[in-house]
Amino acid sequence: MATSYADPMLWGAIVVIGILTYLIRLSFIGLFGYLDDIPSALERPLRYVPAAVLAALVVPALVTLGDGGVAVDRLVGGALAVTVAWRTESVFATMAAGMGGLWIVRFLVLPAL
Amino acid sequence: MNTCITLSKIRAGMDSVAFRRGVRDVSPLLLGIVPFGVVAGIAAVEAGMSVLQALGMSVVIFAGASQLAAIELVGQGTPLTVVVVTAVVINLRMLMYSASIAPYFQSLPSRVRGGLAYLLTDQAYALSIARYRDGDDADRVAYYLGVAVTLWVVWQITTVAGALAQAGIPESLGLEFTVPLVFLALLVPAMEDRPTTVAGLVGGTVAAVAGILPLNLGLLVGASVGIVAGVLVETRMEAEPSDGH
Repeated sequence: MATSYADPMLWGAIVVIGILTYLIRLSFIGLFGYLDDIPSALERPLRYVPAAVLAALVVPALVTLGDGGVAVDRLVGGALAVTVAWRTESVFATMAAGMGGLWIVRFLVLPAL
Repeated sequence: MNTCITLSKIRAGMDSVAFRRGVRDVSPLLLGIVPFGVVAGIAAVEAGMSVLQALGMSVVIFAGASQLAAIELVGQGTPLTVVVVTAVVINLRMLMYSASIAPYFQSLPSRVRGGLAYLLTDQAYALSIARYRDGDDADRVAYYLGVAVTLWVVWQITTVAGALAQAGIPESLGLEFTVPLVFLALLVPAMEDRPTTVAGLVGGTVAAVAGILPLNLGLLVGASVGIVAGVLVETRMEAEPSDGH
């Protein structure tokens, strides 16, 4: 997987994300006194950003199309990882379960079929 | 040598007990940060970035979830405008942290506040705000720095380690799959009540269906619809007669 961007463009994107992210962090910390509270019209939607964004990243990655239909190894690894994430909420255990499931299907089950 | 002097100057004006307390409190969380950082390094290089760019992201952006999302989109050749918008949307949650922690920093000089803001992360916010709310007024800045600087250092080291190790890892292992797994582990605690759970379920489903959209807009569309769904459920729950259970 190689990127198709020119190097300065990619650096530019990194810097722009960095500046905007810094301004988000600084917002209230920097302006306290002028801006004491988040307007509730903004606060409500913000509360749902983490769950909605993370799920939008996760679901399409677990249910992906491989060469011949749904990628079974990802689906199985993902299902295992969901169970473990639910029980442990641990990054490490979730990664171990997901990769373990993926490898078992990819290297042991699929070749044996 | 110069660094040593500067560091000792900073330390001299700071409560080192509070700083060490911060370091100690954040230590258990490093178990989650270390693999996260390593994945950020590996994924960046797999997506075609250089080791320097991988580290550059970790220094300049210093926000794991947005970095991983940006890397994923870059690897798929997404237009950079979409990459930037997606990453920034992911980081919008930090507006809440900034607003919530701001009153505790208000007496500090603006340059110090500017520095503390750069180090604001999910973990630094969560640990510090819990401590401040407990009414512990012992050096707040020192405690915050103990947590946040530790996270910063570990994040940079693990990113570089992952980026350097990438070349030695066979592609068939499919390590890019660790990226959604990290997100999954973060997603579960984020779905803490009914509205946030609905936001996640709707956001994920719509994003998967909208995956056919051009420019990788599926992620933004899914996230937006999920946020709207969460707000709607919350509004509806408020309208229902609450029986307190």
